[in-house]
Amino acid sequence: MTLLIGSFTIGLILAILALGIFISFKIFNSADITAEGSVTFGAAIAAALIVAGVSPLLATLIAFLGGMAAGAVTGILQTKFKINSLLAGILVMTALYSVNLHVMGKSNVPLLTETSLITYFEKMLGSIFRMPAELNIAGWMVPSKDISALVCIFTIVLITGILLYLFFKTNIGTAMRATGNNAQMIRALGVSTNGMIVFGLALSNGLIALSGALLAQYQGFADVQMGIGMLVWGLASVIIGEALLNDKSLGFLITGTIMGSVVFRLLVAIALRWGMNPNDLKLITALFVFIALTLPYILGKIKMKKAKAQTSLK
Amino acid sequence: MLEIKNISITFNPNTPNEVKALDDVSLTIDEGSFVTVLGTNGSGKSTLLNALAGNFIPDKGSIVLDGTDITRWHEHQRAKYIGRVFQNPFSGTAPDMSIAENISLASRRGLGRGLGWALHVRTLSQYREKIKSLNMGLEERLDNPIGKLSGGQRQALTLLMATWRKPKLLLLDEHTAALDPKTANKVIQLTEEIIQRDRLTTLMVTHSMQQAVNLGNRIIMMHNGKIAYDFEAEEKKRLKVNDLLSLFDEIRRKEQMDSSIAEMLQSNYV
Repeated sequence: MTLLIGSFTIGLILAILALGIFISFKIFNSADITAEGSVTFGAAIAAALIVAGVSPLLATLIAFLGGMAAGAVTGILQTKFKINSLLAGILVMTALYSVNLHVMGKSNVPLLTETSLITYFEKMLGSIFRMPAELNIAGWMVPSKDISALVCIFTIVLITGILLYLFFKTNIGTAMRATGNNAQMIRALGVSTNGMIVFGLALSNGLIALSGALLAQYQGFADVQMGIGMLVWGLASVIIGEALLNDKSLGFLITGTIMGSVVFRLLVAIALRWGMNPNDLKLITALFVFIALTLPYILGKIKMKKAKAQTSLK
Repeated sequence: MLEIKNISITFNPNTPNEVKALDDVSLTIDEGSFVTVLGTNGSGKSTLLNALAGNFIPDKGSIVLDGTDITRWHEHQRAKYIGRVFQNPFSGTAPDMSIAENISLASRRGLGRGLGWALHVRTLSQYREKIKSLNMGLEERLDNPIGKLSGGQRQALTLLMATWRKPKLLLLDEHTAALDPKTANKVIQLTEEIIQRDRLTTLMVTHSMQQAVNLGNRIIMMHNGKIAYDFEAEEKKRLKVNDLLSLFDEIRRKEQMDSSIAEMLQSNYV
């Protein structure tokens, strides 16, 4: 049960990362690899500031802004300097590796003894409900600390998801969606597509850094390697979410992305429990995304062949 | 209203592929006039339109629209004053967004875009009414993604969107060329209605001489990056398709003579 709740919590934390990748992948049609640097950047900023005694709330907020700055740099490389979007992401991701080491001062910063946003919330919840050390959930004794972490993260994800949905329904949000959907059209309607790309990537990486900051506080450390494979993780979440709800409207896509991240985390936890070698995790994630991306194409081809065979029979 | 002064655009300058797409073109268009632009492929008619829209910045010369020098403005800045319909019916609308959202984007052309809601119940009824005037039954499908509509329907909507807020200049780039004849006629009819109703200053590039004869009050024929002929008012009214055809023939003959002479000189002297 503890394992299940832990998977849920991490799945929800990574759902915020998946929402960031949803912006680059679904709104702008390009998977932005800056993510792998900015998730660590968010974690590094939050960890370094919390260790230095800054309040966890403020530290998390600054991590979000730091991610936005990183995303804006990628956007500027793409638009002002006309660097290919993939290469721009790679450049910023690589640069961030050094920046992260500088921010943390070493390759790993432990946070176990510090107060975090999550322990804050625990205390708050504890003082309101006077919770016992362990709660009985469906016959399982679960540390109430885990439950309050889950509730805390769930609240943050819920608010982030709703805010993102509402943002995409505003004038500027619809202009951003149109930038990815038909740049020529929205330029002719007076929107600077360059500005929208910079802003969109900033927002995307802000969310990804927020996710990194929360992850560091939940697992109790920030590590310079923690970003590796995160882009593919986010893509898998977005793709699973789309398949789960099978509806292309905005609200469903956002809800699906969050659900996709949680479902994917649970699948991974089950696979690890069954004895999958943890070293294979990233290989399997990549294979999964490969299959999800190519399946529509392969299915379409099979359909075409069938249709051809039928017409030739006639 | 619109003053184009000596603009030139050269593609691939100082290379063997150098093309003078626009060669010292000057043109003044009065407020409320409807100009059709004819020309063969590569005559520079599309380049002229793109130079006005801001896709290409001219190498020299200036473009002044209603007293404002817009020569160095970016495309999205010019959009404040200019409405535009593209040749490709899929270029003017965002396919995955609903009809209503597309209209709301167009309704803020040239205005700031902040955190206000894109769609209001109040404006939706206004959208419905205006879309009803297209007589395409689209007013009941405001929530549908625009990508589900036919090319003709999308082009009609693009036209409506380009003129939603009255533009100082309307640019139409062969906007019926990709449509079937029946749909093309409908879109042309609509174009005429809107331009007359709002008295829009319009520049329409077309390859259809029939359209050029039937529409507007001025015809410009382009050739080799220059304005070859310019007919206005009474002169334009008298013009028939056959006259235009013979003019094209004349241009072609001149061109053939030039190239044959060049060939002759080459064989004799090189």
